[in-house]
Amino acid sequence: MSTQNFIEIKSLYKVFGPKPKSLIPMIQAGKGKQELLEETGHTVGLNNINLDIKRGEIFVIMGLSGSGKSTLIRHFNRIIDPTEGQILVDGEDVLTLDENSLREFRRSKMSMVFQHFGLMPHHSVIDNVAFGLKIQGVAKNERLEKAKTWLADVGLEGYGNQYPSQLSGGQQQRVGLARALCTDAEILLMDEAFSALDPLIRSEMQDQLIELQEKLHKTIVFITHDLDEALRLGDRIAILKDGELVQVGEPKEILLQPANDYVEAFVRDVNRARALTVENVMKPPVNRITTSTIGEAIEQMKATSKEYGYVVSNEGFEGTVLQETLEKAVEGEDCCAEDPLTDALFETVAEISPESLLEEVIPETLDNERPLPVVDESGELKGVLSRSGLAKALGSSV
Amino acid sequence: MSWFTDFPELSRETLVSIRKSLDGAYRGFSREYGENIEAFFDPLLTFLVWFEKLLLATPWWLMIGVIALITHLAARSWRLTIGVIIALFLIGLFGMWEDTMSTLSIITVSTLLSIGIGIPIGILMARSDRTQSIVTPALDVMQTMPAFVYLIPVVMLLGIGKIPGLIAVIIYAIPPVIRLTNLGIRLVDREVLEAAVSYGVSPWQKLWHVQLPLAMPNIMAGINQTIMMALAMVVIASMIGVAGLGQPVLRSITNQYFALGLFNGLAIVVLAIIFDRVSQAYAKRSQAYLGGRE
Repeated sequence: MSTQNFIEIKSLYKVFGPKPKSLIPMIQAGKGKQELLEETGHTVGLNNINLDIKRGEIFVIMGLSGSGKSTLIRHFNRIIDPTEGQILVDGEDVLTLDENSLREFRRSKMSMVFQHFGLMPHHSVIDNVAFGLKIQGVAKNERLEKAKTWLADVGLEGYGNQYPSQLSGGQQQRVGLARALCTDAEILLMDEAFSALDPLIRSEMQDQLIELQEKLHKTIVFITHDLDEALRLGDRIAILKDGELVQVGEPKEILLQPANDYVEAFVRDVNRARALTVENVMKPPVNRITTSTIGEAIEQMKATSKEYGYVVSNEGFEGTVLQETLEKAVEGEDCCAEDPLTDALFETVAEISPESLLEEVIPETLDNERPLPVVDESGELKGVLSRSGLAKALGSSV
Repeated sequence: MSWFTDFPELSRETLVSIRKSLDGAYRGFSREYGENIEAFFDPLLTFLVWFEKLLLATPWWLMIGVIALITHLAARSWRLTIGVIIALFLIGLFGMWEDTMSTLSIITVSTLLSIGIGIPIGILMARSDRTQSIVTPALDVMQTMPAFVYLIPVVMLLGIGKIPGLIAVIIYAIPPVIRLTNLGIRLVDREVLEAAVSYGVSPWQKLWHVQLPLAMPNIMAGINQTIMMALAMVVIASMIGVAGLGQPVLRSITNQYFALGLFNGLAIVVLAIIFDRVSQAYAKRSQAYLGGRE
């Protein structure tokens, strides 16, 4: 994933009303949305939006109804024209495009998925998927062939000859997704794409999107009013309120460092167990034991005043030891302080992965009095997660 | 204080002079341009005459066969097809075959012209609110102005005959197809339109692939209404010399022939039912996609 800015939005304003241009100076002077509506009858849709979206990321724009999120996404492909501002896609200023180049731009660069699917009711499913290609003038056989493979990819093989009205909501949105993917556009705009689906189907669709994204590496702009969804899908999240950006950041930044009360109020109701990973909340492992003999291990433990420790060698994490076990071993007859630490002395404690969601590690963490070691794929000890640490992260106070 | 009890109306002389000057101006206009306008409509007249002759010259059994075939292709219903055959046969049996063919020819031509003119106007109306605000009152006038009133200038201009009759029928019958085309296009789901735009449709593609197909249920309803209204105009059109089922009805009014009027009236009803059922069945069949799970 390169870090280059793929889509840039610079000081974008959108005002609805008879004389939108005339309001820009007033907005810039800091007049509020409500005030302007009462004084001038104009509605401020978007107020000084600045965004950088990187190639290959899922960028979620989150806001409640009326926050301007749907207005904002319609600026990306200029279904709505801004009152003022700049929209750069891959370095190209979208606002300077004339009608023909705009059409070409929409055909090749972006495709869109809609909240209520926006399928053509008079076309069969396969024709819906092939719609973008048909508009581009791709020959019938070729476009149907391609549509067929995409339909299979979203799990709707064999539904091609049905009409949208014969499908369930989830299936219809799969058609919408297949239609968007079928044009091979680099950018996918998803306007509340899963909001109209019931919860079970929604999380299924989210999984499918994540799965597809791992394969396709599209740049996805995803609109939602659901913070759980935003946290689950987003590489980065922008929070929009009354047409203004409140905070832009990675999910954990939003969760752990909310920019203001508004975001905090949002974050309060989030299921943190499903949004945060072990990595986000683990503590550094203070009581590492970096020796291979029992005696020194006991010494190191005493130094940290903890009756347990995590043994780390050059190869990475070895295991968890208890002071009690080691002392018993030394007191015994078949062992002395100079002997190396062997597997037999290690406790059978679960290791957890830093990428796991908190939800997945709750049982193990609660089962253990002592903090669990967090070990990554290469066997490195990354940190520890204690019961109290988990409880604190899941609690509502930030 | 005469204005207090009597309406302060214009004097008789003024009114007469207004009427006279209007009549004079129009008469002048029709004298000046009547021939040109008539010449303009000549090809249409030729076609009308040819089409009527064609229908009349075709043997009755072949004609019934052709209509039954069209019915079946459009509706795919044996019941309807057999009903149409029986109805047409009865019309012939009661001696109204020729008049029915004349009426059929003028109705067919006026309906086709109404569709050909009405749908484009409806599309233009749907594209701009300004056009809509201009066309709508015109349609209101066309639908409420008594037919006889606009027959006068048409007859003054073009005389008595098929063309003035055709124009009268179209003026009366065209509003529904215009109105419903406009309405149908305006009712197309916004998100579906946005979807089309976001995939880069040209205005023409948008109209052809999205707006018209989705407006079709409404447009078909408009066409259906237009046909019905055209049939309703048959009697009035016969007053200015259009041949067909209206002529005997007119005769039976003046002579009090109840049975004659009833038979011909029923024949008009039968034609109306055939047109209605066939166009409805076709519309329903072509919108099969609307069925299914909701």
